[in-house]
Amino acid sequence: MNPNIPLLSVITFLPLAGALVVLVLPGARLQKWWALIISLATFLISCLLLVWWKNGAAGMQFMERQPWIPQFNIQYLMGVDGLSLFLVLLTTLLTVLVLLFSWEGIEHRLKSYLFLMLLLEAGMIGVFLALDLVLFYVFWELTLVPMYFLIGGWGGPRRVYAAIKFFIYTMAASALMLIAILVLYLNGGTFDLLALQAQRLAPNLQLWLFIAFGLAFAVKVPLFPFHTWLPDAHVEAPTGGSVILAGVLLKMGTYGFLRFCLTLFPDATRRAVPWVAALAIIGIIYGALVALSQRDVKSLVAYSSVAHLGFVVLGLFALNAQGIAGATLQMVNHGLSTGALFLLVGMLYNRRHTRILDDYGGLWKQVPLFGSLFILVALSSAGLPGLNGFVGEFNILLGAFQANKVFAIFGTFGIVLGAWYLLAAVRQMLHGPLTNAENAEIPDLRWREVLTLAPIVVLFFVIGLFPNLFLDKINPSAQAVVDALQTPPAVTQESTLYVQESTLYVMALDRLP
Amino acid sequence: MTFPTPNLAALAPLIILVAAAIVVLIADLMIRAKRALGWLSLIAVLGALAALLFLRPAAPEMQTMALADGLGRLASFGILIAAGLAILLAFDRVTDFTTHTGGYYALLLVATAGMVVLAEASDFLTLFLGLEILSLALYIMVGLYRRDLRSGEASLKYFLLGAFATGFLLYGIALIYGASGTTNLVALAQAIAPLSVPLPFAPLLPIGVGLLLVGLGFKVALVPFHMWTPDVYQGAPTPVTAFMSVGTKLAAFVALIRVLASLTSYERPWLLALAVLAALSMTLGNLAALRQSSLKRMLAYSSIAHAGYVLIGLAASNPAGTQGALYYLLAYTFMNLGAFGAVLAMQRPDLNDVTMEEITGLSARRPALAAIMTIFMFSLAGIPPLAGFFGKLYVFKGAVDAGLAWLAAIGAINSAIAAVYYLRVTVAMYMSGTPAQPTRVTPISWPLWTVLAIAAVATVALGLWQFPWLQSISMAVAAIAR
Repeated sequence: MNPNIPLLSVITFLPLAGALVVLVLPGARLQKWWALIISLATFLISCLLLVWWKNGAAGMQFMERQPWIPQFNIQYLMGVDGLSLFLVLLTTLLTVLVLLFSWEGIEHRLKSYLFLMLLLEAGMIGVFLALDLVLFYVFWELTLVPMYFLIGGWGGPRRVYAAIKFFIYTMAASALMLIAILVLYLNGGTFDLLALQAQRLAPNLQLWLFIAFGLAFAVKVPLFPFHTWLPDAHVEAPTGGSVILAGVLLKMGTYGFLRFCLTLFPDATRRAVPWVAALAIIGIIYGALVALSQRDVKSLVAYSSVAHLGFVVLGLFALNAQGIAGATLQMVNHGLSTGALFLLVGMLYNRRHTRILDDYGGLWKQVPLFGSLFILVALSSAGLPGLNGFVGEFNILLGAFQANKVFAIFGTFGIVLGAWYLLAAVRQMLHGPLTNAENAEIPDLRWREVLTLAPIVVLFFVIGLFPNLFLDKINPSAQAVVDALQTPPAVTQESTLYVQESTLYVMALDRLP
Repeated sequence: MTFPTPNLAALAPLIILVAAAIVVLIADLMIRAKRALGWLSLIAVLGALAALLFLRPAAPEMQTMALADGLGRLASFGILIAAGLAILLAFDRVTDFTTHTGGYYALLLVATAGMVVLAEASDFLTLFLGLEILSLALYIMVGLYRRDLRSGEASLKYFLLGAFATGFLLYGIALIYGASGTTNLVALAQAIAPLSVPLPFAPLLPIGVGLLLVGLGFKVALVPFHMWTPDVYQGAPTPVTAFMSVGTKLAAFVALIRVLASLTSYERPWLLALAVLAALSMTLGNLAALRQSSLKRMLAYSSIAHAGYVLIGLAASNPAGTQGALYYLLAYTFMNLGAFGAVLAMQRPDLNDVTMEEITGLSARRPALAAIMTIFMFSLAGIPPLAGFFGKLYVFKGAVDAGLAWLAAIGAINSAIAAVYYLRVTVAMYMSGTPAQPTRVTPISWPLWTVLAIAAVATVALGLWQFPWLQSISMAVAAIAR
């Protein structure tokens, strides 16, 4: 059933409205409660998507269509399908948890922090829901601003450098995407994604547009060799920023590949598979090896993201339903487990103010609750069967194996390496005797911190044990993408060159005496 | 040449402006309370605005010398708004830089009148007249800051180079007249129309247009005619810079749009030149802005880059591009005037500039001012959903439609370069500690707050709620695309 309320608009703009209200609220306590309540309300409302979900439907649901800028044919077009549903839920959930985590520890400019978090939430949700290319681009760029201020305002010692690098990298990479969007409009006469998907562009044009879109997404993912902004941004960002950055912002890149590159440029996508897959595999192995050599646990987690997102891209570019569905689920899994890792590292950092692995050791005896949660999260991230990571990685590898056995074999290396660096970190931090005397004073997790992590841990098991609850909703949409990819180009649109020639011809006719 | 009976209703805004300028000058001699002069000028500008919106006949008034059409109305609207805001900017700060309060307001009104004439000119003679009126007034206004040597230098530089550029413009007009036998834009369009008698001196036309482009390119600060811009923008009193940076650009670009539109049926070898100038202006403007430590100088270079963006729309030479250029100019009017207004608010009363070091940690001392400046910076950088983003989007769209995707791509990459120096301002305000010696906090008067609020609201509103603006822009463009 589909109720008569603009559910998607409510989910997108409730945080924005809440953000504006935060600015005028007096008192830190009130502001914190307000932000938490708004984000919680957004999360609960977004859960209505599940309640009213039409199971088995592949297409867009809860669609909203309004003219926004009619003169340029720009619409306010929102919709959600199996590919974006769980990303929206992940966003709304992680925002709640981040605000819960930030209950203490943000001493200065709390109001701005909360404002930016809620603004960021609105932008991220908009990215996942927008189906008009200009609207999508607006949300896409809009997420840069709050994240830039979060890194630069509350980050570590090199925060300014990291913030500017993050902003400029992303903006430069997405500059050409804007031009590609305009070229699409020139050819298709619309910014409506669904209408554009129904058209098939000339293969050469597809390739250029694929590169322009792909560059923007590759930087965001980040795909090797466009990843250099990521360690800086992750390490310097405050914990809340890192969680959102790794948990949601990186998914905007993989989601972009899935939603735009695969469906708009199917022929170019098929041609690009070896290249993108090769970059993804390099990312998997390189990310894992670099993570293995990190002494700072936060940058270890940051590099592990490069590896994990490489997996997701590998799954997407397997171009079969299994790979795509697995990748979609793995986006959520990575958001949960890496988000949890950053939260745990942040909690430890708040106690000891160091993130260097060598400063720790034997923590389990001192903080058993922290230790067991850390192990659980690390195992989830490493893909232990029964937990969420396994389901995603297994499906991705299955899909990759069907597409190309070499890809799958290289991908498996990544899993082994992943287990290695995560367990090495666990051993270094938790096992052995408590060598460093300074660690003897660390208190264990408090109830608020446990409450922050609890939903994630529950979801580890839910996804790990009942993956079909999720895959049932993802699969139809993933299958639809694959079907669209496999249909031969029925009617090939004439190339732009031809269009230009014909206009020139018409113009020449006009000028005849 | 015949002089038709003037339509007083259509001319009312100009009459009000010029009459008010004279009244202000006389009143300056007689009254002590100089604030009254500000009020008088503000009322005159509002009166001109009302006359423009309500007295003007709805149908385009075709005159031989000036065109009161949709484009003229839109441009005059922007110019008058800019003038009104510039008066408010100076309201409490004019005594900081000059004793000639009346002179400032009178010259501002005259310059405004010149801009309106320029934007509505449909004849090369009126175009030249408008340009000279506004230029002469601005030459003096730039030099009004008595205690700052750079102000006098800027004035002289602007005057000498401006006179030189005017020479080019006049020569261009002469050549176009030689080729077509007319100075009237409508008659020019008819003379080169496809079915008309071939012109014997047609080859003079591109040369004439080229020279005209030099003259107008100087006024809007296009590379390579931009040399004066940083010195003049920095040396001029900040309210003057704020006004001239947006008003002159708006008027001169609209005049250029009219001239180019009347030449549409010619083969137009200059379109490629426009595209190249646009690319050069954006790139060099942005690269030079990266290295500035003075905010006014940085904004001067950024204004060169923005002239390049607007020119993309003209080089596209299609309705989408022209609409984009007009939207861009309107957006630029608010965001750039706002940015200079914010600079004025940060400025110490005894100084004529603000450096990056001075605004370090501003967000702690002045949270509202820092937030508003951030809006302008992000809009200038082209971050959605602010007005500056849509300006870029629309001119890029015009370029892509015209087959100039390469130019749009250069523009897009440039906006990423430009983001670096706009971000530097936010870094200084938000992410750096307080400076070693705490700067004195100058109180911000209500007129200044009003300017900042209007500009900020317009910058946001132009982005989110575009329908009415685009409606009048597309009507204006439909009217010129005959």
